[in-house]
Amino acid sequence: MKRGWSVFAAALMLCLPTAGQADWRGEIALETRVFTQPALDPAQSDSNLSLSGEVEYYTSWDEGRQSLTIKPFARIDQRDENRTHVDLREGVWIFNDAGLELRLGVDKVFWGVTEVYHLVDIINQTDIVENRDGEQKLGQPMLKVSLERDWGTLDLFYLPLFRERVHPSREGRPRSQPRIADELSVYENGREKYHADFAIRWSRSLGDWDLGLAHFYGTGRQPSFSFGLDDEGLPALIPLYEIINQSSIDLQGAVGEWLWKFEGLYRTGQGSSFFAATGGFEYTFYGIRDGSSDLGLLAEVMWDERGSRADTPFDRDLFLGLRWAANDVDGTELLTGVVADWNNGTRFFNLEASRRIGNDWKLGLQARLWSNVAPTDALFGLRNDDYIEFKVSRYF
Amino acid sequence: MSLRRLLPVLSLIVLSSQVVAEADVARGLEIATEADRRDTGFHDFRAGLTMLLRNKNGDESLRNMRTRVLEVDGDGDKSMMIFDQPLDVKGTALLTFSHKVETDDQWLYLPALKRVKRISSRNKSGPFMGSEFAYEDLASQEIEKYSYRYLKDDIIDGQSMFVIERVPVDKNSGYKRQSVWIDQAEYRPMKIEFYDRKDSLLKTLVFRGYRQYLERFWRAHEMFMQNHQTGKSTLLTWTDYEFQVGLQDSDFTKNSLKRAK
Repeated sequence: MKRGWSVFAAALMLCLPTAGQADWRGEIALETRVFTQPALDPAQSDSNLSLSGEVEYYTSWDEGRQSLTIKPFARIDQRDENRTHVDLREGVWIFNDAGLELRLGVDKVFWGVTEVYHLVDIINQTDIVENRDGEQKLGQPMLKVSLERDWGTLDLFYLPLFRERVHPSREGRPRSQPRIADELSVYENGREKYHADFAIRWSRSLGDWDLGLAHFYGTGRQPSFSFGLDDEGLPALIPLYEIINQSSIDLQGAVGEWLWKFEGLYRTGQGSSFFAATGGFEYTFYGIRDGSSDLGLLAEVMWDERGSRADTPFDRDLFLGLRWAANDVDGTELLTGVVADWNNGTRFFNLEASRRIGNDWKLGLQARLWSNVAPTDALFGLRNDDYIEFKVSRYF
Repeated sequence: MSLRRLLPVLSLIVLSSQVVAEADVARGLEIATEADRRDTGFHDFRAGLTMLLRNKNGDESLRNMRTRVLEVDGDGDKSMMIFDQPLDVKGTALLTFSHKVETDDQWLYLPALKRVKRISSRNKSGPFMGSEFAYEDLASQEIEKYSYRYLKDDIIDGQSMFVIERVPVDKNSGYKRQSVWIDQAEYRPMKIEFYDRKDSLLKTLVFRGYRQYLERFWRAHEMFMQNHQTGKSTLLTWTDYEFQVGLQDSDFTKNSLKRAK
């Protein structure tokens, strides 16, 4: 598999056109995590160091109608062999002309509008060892055709290859208890990761509102789990990848100081069919205390028809948060909040802050802690995995 | 003099000052309209921007952007701003559909997440990229966004100027009023003084290095903004102006935002 990617990347490199505009950019980041509570598994440690790098090459030609983007990513992790990984985030040829766009290759597509739970986002597999927030994604091979017309934008996706989710190894932290044994993954469909998946999405702006309607048919990105034993005879969760149909809606609106957000879906193929939804608002005070900083208040509700049987922790949850942007030269930002399950009382606290140092460096801070975690909650395995992360990034 | 005899005199003074005030309002609008008329019809352009930010200790930092603008008949312009520097925001892009009266529509593209976020355009008075320019200073300057009053004639560097006052219509503006110096020969803004909501002088913007494009449209190549209250300044330099490069509506969509590099 990994070899397949490098052959593909090399083939793309050989096809590079020489004329036109070309550009490089990249980032190297050193990150350390400190865990504040004893690990539940003796294989896990209380600290971790990790180094990651990403490079992007971009070139365009044909008067900007065609372009090629290549973006490989790599991480070396001190403890978690599954977090030490290489991925082609993007390797895509784009053609566009007068409202028609073709994308062929490996790409990333994001659907959705909410802050905490990215419910309807499904094209790419989540790179969960990178970050549990669902915002880091594995590159997805695809052919995408987009039409932009007066009646909206229509996106058609052909997704020939499924990317399996890679979970933390036994030494990885934070992680579920017991660990998830990816090597024992089971597929519902005999074609396994070669099952062809399809998706369609229509979106349009209507005044202050942006609306998207989508349908996905194919291998569910989020597996179901069953208890079992791994090759060493230790308890493990075994992923099952099912064929699903998912219809979804996403809606966002900007009305004065209010941003309204809603995502909803109906999914079949994973046990009984179900509805799930998340939505809320962000209200911003601009220029607080006659200064230049902005303060936003966020509230979002997460609901899943399956309740505690859902494989997501966000089944009956409320998020309350604050976003502060200094709007200073260093781009200082802070986002903090708590997600509380109103059924079982589980609480998840999150803080993210960042600040630029000079023109090329950035400092990041992240703190996550879980408290009052109910044994029935999907977060139960993380109850002792509270951590603080410091990150230094250099851009070039 | 009894009040009865004073009244006609008083009302005459009030009336004539009203007449003068109305004449000044009409003249102010006339000057603004003529300046706008002379800058209408460019269709589209693209340009590069560099901002040099300096605080009162002399520490400097640099911003690089590129912009594309499409004129829209009967409405505000469409524009796309692509960020090149600082490097951590490289590839971030801002799409704006400005409107004459209603609030603008804005979307921000975040390349790391490949996410297009609709953002509130109410943050007009906020600093653009930590600079001394507010969003509203860089937004498309539509006539309907202000009310006008002619103040006086003035001379700067030997050039005759109109000085007009403009008052933002939008209550979310960071300014109570602005004084604008417009040269009488070509109707180009040469200087703007910005007064904050408490009516104290906040900033002065000076336009320099005007060049003419398509034998018609004047563009300043340097805009220097001095904040009098904080001692900070921003020098905005425009480069590589290209007019009528064939931009169209399909270059200003959410899909094109995701393609912007």
